[in-house]
Amino acid sequence: MWLTRPLQERSTQVFLGVLFAALVVVSALHLFMPEDSALYVSSYTVTLLGKYLCYALLAVAVDLVWGYLGILSLGHGAFFALGGYAMGMYLMRQIGDRGTYGDPILPDFMVFLNWQELPWYWHGFDMAWFAFLMVLLAPGLLALVFGFLAFRSRVTGVYLSIITQALTFALMLAFFRNEMGFGGNNGLTDFKDILGFDLRTDATRLGLFIATGIALAIGYVICRGIVTSKLGRVSIACRDAEARTRFLGYRVERVQLFVFVVSAMLAGVAGALYVPQVGIINPSEFSPLFSIEIVVWVALGGRATLYGAVIGAILVNYAKTVFTGIMPDAWLFALGGLFVLVTVFLPKGIAGLLHKRRKAETAEPTPAQEATA
Amino acid sequence: MSIFEQLTDREHVFEFLAPVQSPVDVRHGPILYLEDVSVSFDGFRAINNLNLTIDDGELRCIIGPNGAGKTTMMDIITGKTRPDTGSVWFGSRHNLLTMNEPDIATLGIGRKFQKPTVFEALTVFENLELAMATDKRIFPTLTAIMKAEYRDRIDEVLELIGLRDLRDRLAGILSHGQKQWLEIGMLLMQKPRLLLVDEPVAGMTEQEMERTAELLTSLAGKQSVVVVEHDMGFVRSIARQVTVLHQGSVLAEGTMDKVSNDPEVIKVYLGEDA
Repeated sequence: MWLTRPLQERSTQVFLGVLFAALVVVSALHLFMPEDSALYVSSYTVTLLGKYLCYALLAVAVDLVWGYLGILSLGHGAFFALGGYAMGMYLMRQIGDRGTYGDPILPDFMVFLNWQELPWYWHGFDMAWFAFLMVLLAPGLLALVFGFLAFRSRVTGVYLSIITQALTFALMLAFFRNEMGFGGNNGLTDFKDILGFDLRTDATRLGLFIATGIALAIGYVICRGIVTSKLGRVSIACRDAEARTRFLGYRVERVQLFVFVVSAMLAGVAGALYVPQVGIINPSEFSPLFSIEIVVWVALGGRATLYGAVIGAILVNYAKTVFTGIMPDAWLFALGGLFVLVTVFLPKGIAGLLHKRRKAETAEPTPAQEATA
Repeated sequence: MSIFEQLTDREHVFEFLAPVQSPVDVRHGPILYLEDVSVSFDGFRAINNLNLTIDDGELRCIIGPNGAGKTTMMDIITGKTRPDTGSVWFGSRHNLLTMNEPDIATLGIGRKFQKPTVFEALTVFENLELAMATDKRIFPTLTAIMKAEYRDRIDEVLELIGLRDLRDRLAGILSHGQKQWLEIGMLLMQKPRLLLVDEPVAGMTEQEMERTAELLTSLAGKQSVVVVEHDMGFVRSIARQVTVLHQGSVLAEGTMDKVSNDPEVIKVYLGEDA
């Protein structure tokens, strides 16, 4: 089975092992250490780590399309944000009459705008199963329609990147408008509880952190399953020699569409887990800059490895947390500098460094040696 | 048999499950038949009343000076260019002029372009795996597993193209000649009936050329092979039948000795070399 194949692979076992160990250690330190201990992990840190894991899942989704299919999406933030909005709508409906205006049905911002009834697309979001389905379907459907049109017209390379950028920018402008019914530039916030659990308690936060870790593990295995299958090799073929692949009888545009939709859905899940942890979703998640930042994480971590994307997302965001704490203005310079350094000295990213070391250990003959032999 | 009997009969093979046989009908002669084909681009007649027949299992070399219409002829056969007049038949059943490129490829005409294109980030084995004639839709590809019979078929082709020792190396490290062979191997995995090979030895060393000659000769018989080539030494080493194209039509046809002694041919083509 394509989904179980990765579980037999060394690299996936190591990845899952490290991830689960991290989940257990963080949970244990949070629960069992006294609060004044140096090893105590505060609830704030748990949520911060949960946020990093959401970013890691998003980076894995981007690496799937960029690393293996050669589609540089500069609009994956849009799928992330759509998943986030679907979750946000569910959380808004959960507030019920506990809002500032106390309306049992309408969220606060609608009362504020003098809306009399719920817009049709807000119906159903009071049910968790429907909202969670929308977390997958909303980004998936957008990716399906967008990808169908783009890939059928054989739009690739930099043109596709520009269109994805335009897509997320257009959505950002749309979501900024109050008439859209998604809370305008304030977005959705002031959430109370999820599935009956109070979002402000430490236990719920820890639960969300663990859920995010599990989602990352599942997402990673799905992506790994795809890239180690024959379809993964066809994706690489599409990336490197599209015309040749078509000539072998593969429908390149369908391969691209399938992988793109899977990736968008994973990004949606990442967004949905992100929103309850940070407590807000607003149109800034659609900003083109955010989508470009995701690509930087993946490039830093190493393309076409998947685990590299995870490392890149966590490291860059950790650095961001630290830097913006010390010198908020310097962060963008630091990010730019980091990107330049990695491009020059580590063209294959951090994962390339790990890979090189492993190769040296096993002393495989290099291509150059082989050619002279 | 009634539907019920068919369903209960363990031996019954439903038509939609039966393996597809190559539908090309060669009982009545040639595998490829071009008659009175003409095509012009902006008034220039690239192909001019071309008549050509290739027999099943034949190895045919096509030579001719630049601009003789060799590549255009291949474009017409593979469906890339539509001729203005004439007819092109594959076997006696398939009119190639009514079909598009992928359909023609699926039917069993494989084409190798001049510049070798292989998937450099994949291994030699994986290159052949992707080329294999199987179900190429998304979900069958996702769930595909490497069966022993597939492995055997790939190993067979690896042996034939002489890349067995490089089986698990990336195709990117192959030499130019090895890439050419790998690409021919990929064509073979598609189980074509007719192979069109465009200048296979361009940029090859003497030894590689010999190896290629052996490979192409060994293919003939099982497949029909049409080779377009400039290198006269190479053509002499493999050709049984040679067709000389000139200004879009056949100037001479026959054995290498016969055409190389033809005064017309010497005048337009060989004269410059010989």
